[in-house]
Amino acid sequence: MIQMSCKGLTLGYNSALVQNLSFTVAEGDCLYILGENGAGKSTLMKTILGLLTPLEGSVDLGGGVHANEIGYLPQQSQAQRDFPATVWEVALSGCQSRCGLRPFYTQEEKELARQSLRRMDMERFSKRCYRELSGGQQQRVLLARALCAARKMLLLDEPVAGLDPAASREFYQIIAQLNEKDGVTILMISHDMEAALRYASHILYLGEKVFFGTRDAFAQSNSGRRYLEQGEGGRAWHC
Amino acid sequence: MALLIEKLAQYWSYPFVRYALVVGVLVALCSSLLGVTLVLKRFSFIGDGLSHVAFGAMSVASVLNLTNDMPLVMGITVLCAILLLGTGRNARINGDAAMAMFSVGALAVGYLIMNVFSTSANLTGDVCTTLFGSTSILTLTKTKVWMCVALSVVVVLLYIFFYHKIFAVTFDESFASATGIRAKEYNLILAVVTAVVIVMAMNLVGSLLISALVIFPAMAAMRLFKSFRTVTIFAAVFSVFCATAGILTSILAGTPVGATIVTADILLFALCTLVGWLRRR
Repeated sequence: MIQMSCKGLTLGYNSALVQNLSFTVAEGDCLYILGENGAGKSTLMKTILGLLTPLEGSVDLGGGVHANEIGYLPQQSQAQRDFPATVWEVALSGCQSRCGLRPFYTQEEKELARQSLRRMDMERFSKRCYRELSGGQQQRVLLARALCAARKMLLLDEPVAGLDPAASREFYQIIAQLNEKDGVTILMISHDMEAALRYASHILYLGEKVFFGTRDAFAQSNSGRRYLEQGEGGRAWHC
Repeated sequence: MALLIEKLAQYWSYPFVRYALVVGVLVALCSSLLGVTLVLKRFSFIGDGLSHVAFGAMSVASVLNLTNDMPLVMGITVLCAILLLGTGRNARINGDAAMAMFSVGALAVGYLIMNVFSTSANLTGDVCTTLFGSTSILTLTKTKVWMCVALSVVVVLLYIFFYHKIFAVTFDESFASATGIRAKEYNLILAVVTAVVIVMAMNLVGSLLISALVIFPAMAAMRLFKSFRTVTIFAAVFSVFCATAGILTSILAGTPVGATIVTADILLFALCTLVGWLRRR
């Protein structure tokens, strides 16, 4: 079932970064968005979330996904790293979108936050301070928060940036598990070719030559091959 | 000790002392609540900037000979707050640069207006009072006190009502707006409430020392506590305690009210830092 289709998107702030981009995402897909810095990956993500309006074209959601029901894992900001908040408070804030104007959380929402933390194996850290956790643990808490907001689709913006290799691997596995076991649709911005070729079902490459297709088609394509060669040369894409 | 209590009891019979305590405690409470959010959003200096704007507005009001300057001062300050905070992070001019421009500009123009048009014989005294709030808290009228009480009740209720949303927007604005929280509108509310609290606080500590009321409680609480809720509660308690202690001391010792409160803030902040440091060791 098609959950999202982008038609003729032209993205950018004043001038166009990406022109006439069209692709679709079906339920259960795992789409990796690759590309150079400044190619418009984050802009695309913000447009999908409705934080930016496209210069042209449209993003249509379907298959039971609504605009406010997409889970989002933004890039971490420096300010958050010394924010006084417990893991519990952070995870619970993911339920905020369900509240509307209601000022307090219901038991149901608290249970949902508990479940999400449990799924990320972070429940025992509930009372711990967010800023005292390791980078990988912080990302898991943010993922738990995203799961409170939505169960069908997750958007992740460079989730492993700043994590050490072991924590990155672990995080990719968690994502893959969510995708395969729970059927959550994943859209992820990444620089990690290896992970993309391993876990992605589809790849969207933004750059001079835009590519959209399955993982295997990407490995065969020109941009894919060039990307791979670069990777084997000096891992230039490992930013 | 008995002498002190007797002296306090004697002062307590004067209405202006009671007014000062009521207004002082309420303003301290409101500014500390907002302070937690402002400090975490990296807007610590908004208190300073807006209070200078309020100073400029006050000097205009005094030149116009308005009997009740509150509406004009409030209006101008709220407008500036919306311009500074409401625009969010994508503003043309950098946040801190814009703030500095507003702040210094309003201060200079305010002083200039007072200097050129003022009819008062004691200009330096007037300016000093507005900047340092040395006596104005002791000359509050009944109307002003009630206005202060009403505004504080509104601020505290708003804070409680929007507490979880304030947390969400402060912790992660982009996640909040992606999940459908109207972050921009909350920023706007925050701006307006901040302006209201700052105009109220000018009566207490004057425009120069408002930053202290906003920053110290939040910073002290962050030294000791780890959750947003405990930080907020402790900041409020800290601020109310310092305000009470400061006002009582200034009455007994005859020191300027605003400066005494801020000194109390500094001392207690140092204590909190020490305790936090010892606990971490």
